[in-house]
Amino acid sequence: MSALTVRDVTKQFGSAEVLTGINLDIASGEFTVLVGPSGCGKSTLLNIIAGLERQTTGTIEIGGRVVNDVPPKDRDIAMVFQSYALYPSMTVRQNITFGMECRNVPRAQRNEAVARVAKLLQIEAMLDRKPAQLSGGQRQRVAMGRALVRDPLLFLFDEPLSNLDAQLRTEMRMEIKQLHQRLGSTIVYVTHDQIEAMTLATRIAVMRQGVVLQFDDPETVYNRPANLFVARFMGAPPMNTLSARLEATSDGTVAVIGGGETVIRFPVPAAAASWIGRQVVLGIRPECIAEPTRYFGDAPGATVMIAALVEVIEPTGAETIVVLRIGDERALARVSPDLHYRLGETARFAADTRKINLFDPETGDRIA
Amino acid sequence: MSETAAARRPKVFGLVRRLPEHLTIWLPLLLAAGHIVSFSLWTLWVSFTPSTLLPEFGWVGLHNYTAVLATRNWRIAFDNLLLFGSAFVVLSLLTGLGLAILLDQRIRGENVLRSIFLYPMAVSFVVTGTVWSWLLNPGVGVQKFVNDFGWMSFRFDWLINRDMAIWTIVMAAVWQSAGFGMALFLAGLRSVDTDLIKAAQIDGAGPFRLYRRVILPTLWPITVTVVVIQLQFAITTFDLVRALTGGGPGIATLLPALVVYDFMFQRGLLGRGAAAAVLMLLTLLAVLLPYAAWRHVQARQAARA
Amino acid sequence: MRDTTFTPGRILIYLAVWSLAAAWLVPLAVVMLNSVRTAEEIVQTSMIGWPEHWAWDNYRTAWADFCVAQTCAGIRPYMLNSALVSIPATIISTVFGAVAGYAVSLWRFPGDRWIYGVVTLGLFLPQQMRLLPWTIVLRDVGLINTLTGLVLIHSIQGLSFTTLFCRNYYIAIPRELIGAARIDGAGFFRIFRRIVLPLSPPILIVTVIWQFTHIWNEFLYGVTFTTGQQQPVTAALIALSAAVADVPQHGVQSAAVMIAALPTLLVYLLGGRYFVRGLTAGAVK
Repeated sequence: MSALTVRDVTKQFGSAEVLTGINLDIASGEFTVLVGPSGCGKSTLLNIIAGLERQTTGTIEIGGRVVNDVPPKDRDIAMVFQSYALYPSMTVRQNITFGMECRNVPRAQRNEAVARVAKLLQIEAMLDRKPAQLSGGQRQRVAMGRALVRDPLLFLFDEPLSNLDAQLRTEMRMEIKQLHQRLGSTIVYVTHDQIEAMTLATRIAVMRQGVVLQFDDPETVYNRPANLFVARFMGAPPMNTLSARLEATSDGTVAVIGGGETVIRFPVPAAAASWIGRQVVLGIRPECIAEPTRYFGDAPGATVMIAALVEVIEPTGAETIVVLRIGDERALARVSPDLHYRLGETARFAADTRKINLFDPETGDRIA
Repeated sequence: MSETAAARRPKVFGLVRRLPEHLTIWLPLLLAAGHIVSFSLWTLWVSFTPSTLLPEFGWVGLHNYTAVLATRNWRIAFDNLLLFGSAFVVLSLLTGLGLAILLDQRIRGENVLRSIFLYPMAVSFVVTGTVWSWLLNPGVGVQKFVNDFGWMSFRFDWLINRDMAIWTIVMAAVWQSAGFGMALFLAGLRSVDTDLIKAAQIDGAGPFRLYRRVILPTLWPITVTVVVIQLQFAITTFDLVRALTGGGPGIATLLPALVVYDFMFQRGLLGRGAAAAVLMLLTLLAVLLPYAAWRHVQARQAARA
Repeated sequence: MRDTTFTPGRILIYLAVWSLAAAWLVPLAVVMLNSVRTAEEIVQTSMIGWPEHWAWDNYRTAWADFCVAQTCAGIRPYMLNSALVSIPATIISTVFGAVAGYAVSLWRFPGDRWIYGVVTLGLFLPQQMRLLPWTIVLRDVGLINTLTGLVLIHSIQGLSFTTLFCRNYYIAIPRELIGAARIDGAGFFRIFRRIVLPLSPPILIVTVIWQFTHIWNEFLYGVTFTTGQQQPVTAALIALSAAVADVPQHGVQSAAVMIAALPTLLVYLLGGRYFVRGLTAGAVK
């Protein structure tokens, strides 16, 4: 069943169009992440789904019901806000039950619900405290508790982890994922953090300037980005994007990068054949360039050995990032920390050509 | 047709259900905004009519304005306003700034001192004007006090001196509102970035140079605000003069607000009074419009930065 | 950073600031002392002097016996008038200003910016521009020379300040809080009552102090729209000065002035912090 359908939604603030023709269809139980840089319209879209803002045109359906004219309280949703939006004058318990108070739910039933949620989130000890007396992580839990207690059709999360420090963020991320797996709820989650998107989502919608650029499962978004923006936005360090020229050889189509002494030839999918003789942008993830002993599978032409100049070496502990120069182009490689390259030497690397993407240099769209 | 009606019903229903909400929002706001607009237009309209004791229809063009501008009362009042306004604004600004700088020196009892300099703001101009009228009265005030000490030739009779009486109003007004400037300047001084002060001290700036070159330049937006608010006060001053000099001696300390009152309620010349009120408003606008423009430009620049 | 030891420079600063403070206190000290001196004593010496015998009786006379115009009931009835105008007008303008400030800061409705802009213009519009229309309005609704008329005027005009104060305070409340409450099912009034109002005491204190002080101290409307027994105390003080111009009663007059100034002075002493906040908030419009 479709839990949420967003159909042709646009939003204008004055003359500025902040959302353009948004279409999303989200099934029940899905964890959808809206990700994009700040100002891309993701929070506006979430607010429109919640009913806190009104779309200029288009339709929102929740659980098969058109809710364009339905106020937020009747949309059967719950929302967790970036600032948590805990009512400062109420205790944790009152915060969690305020929605039930508004709906005149009997007291006994309220207490029962609070007990259930408090146990689930391990906040029993702080039910009678005020938000000001809680730490950031505890506030986050209370905000989740307030959403969970409603047991709604749809959960909306607006950057819920961005106010936490790095360590706590990782912990809470895991907890949110576990909660989703346990409760099987439908979640729409907004973030600007692509790692959160990758780790949490069953499907990711990448947005930029009011447009959904790609709406796919995390693996597809990561390995087959729809365009250069998605390619560079998802993944850290980002995908290498190198200017290349397609040529036909007896072994099939190849992409030629660099010039003069350092020329690299990568075999590319046959789908790109129509671009032979033209300039393209070749995308290859840093983890697809590694030390020469790395094994990238048996397929013929899967691994190509290349030689390149070592420009910068950045050890991170778990791996070492090496900046390479290939002709006029620069690329990042993720190599084993046990290898010790020297600055300025021309070294050999193994490249995984199975995950190469080609993009149109004019439009940025993916070719193959 | 029936479909549109059905679609429209929830909206109409919602409006009715939310009626108390709309009433509480709109009624006070409309009353407040409505009386401001309509009263201004009303007074403006009356200023173009031949109204005397009661508002009358009819149109006399700018006659009331030329008549008001030609009266000796208005000319004296306006000259007084120029003198009083500039003297009062400059003196209260300097006093306020001086007090703020003194209080900014980490001195003990700052809170008590601040309360002392600000208490006149809590008291009615009628009260303070009355008290100042006693103190400045040569018969019972400061002059008599000094005379009684044996300095018989001491004279401090500005209150009954046509040329100096306006300065008694300046004095009382500065005393009453210097604390206001002090409060704003002190807040400004306290919000100066401490890193800036540290940097200047490392550069070797002494306290005098620190204030003149580093701290005071950051205060000029506050200065503009203080000047505008004090000017606004000066232009509309009424109570203080009524209590302190009553406009006298003779009409030596008339101010525009007293002229308006005199025309409207003592001479029963509503048209003239309205014209004088509009002239007051224009004087005020001459101050406020440039200020609003300046604020607008500032906001623009801040937005661009 | 700045030293707190007593160097000659700092002694000079202390000397300067405390002598200025003393000068600022002179009018208050003079009127306090004179309020317990007899008229004869004041005329013989001057307004500046220590009471020889303490004439506490001045206060009783000023409060209940003194003659203003034709009536001899002291300033008690006028104090009562001022209270009957200031208190209701303060409450009404604060309550409606708070709701209006809440509406314009945290909700969007058609025309909100426009109407708020006009309301704030009221901060600058001189009273002289409204005198004449108020005269006619009060006369037509039969409220001229009544306290209710003054309450009406101050309630409506006060809205400019109260709305501005509350709006500037409420604008700092995160919009997300309102969003959360709307999703929880709370409406306009419930959000105000349960979420906004509990956050409001500081600004309500500022607003109440500001309004009360202003209305209590107001003179022009009082003297224009009321006469005789209906006047507020500020207008009565002027009438009193005029009445005794020939035979000054400085002792009793000082006592009357002290009584008239006492309510706002007390409010200032008790809520000085909030009073200053109102002053500075009003300045940054």
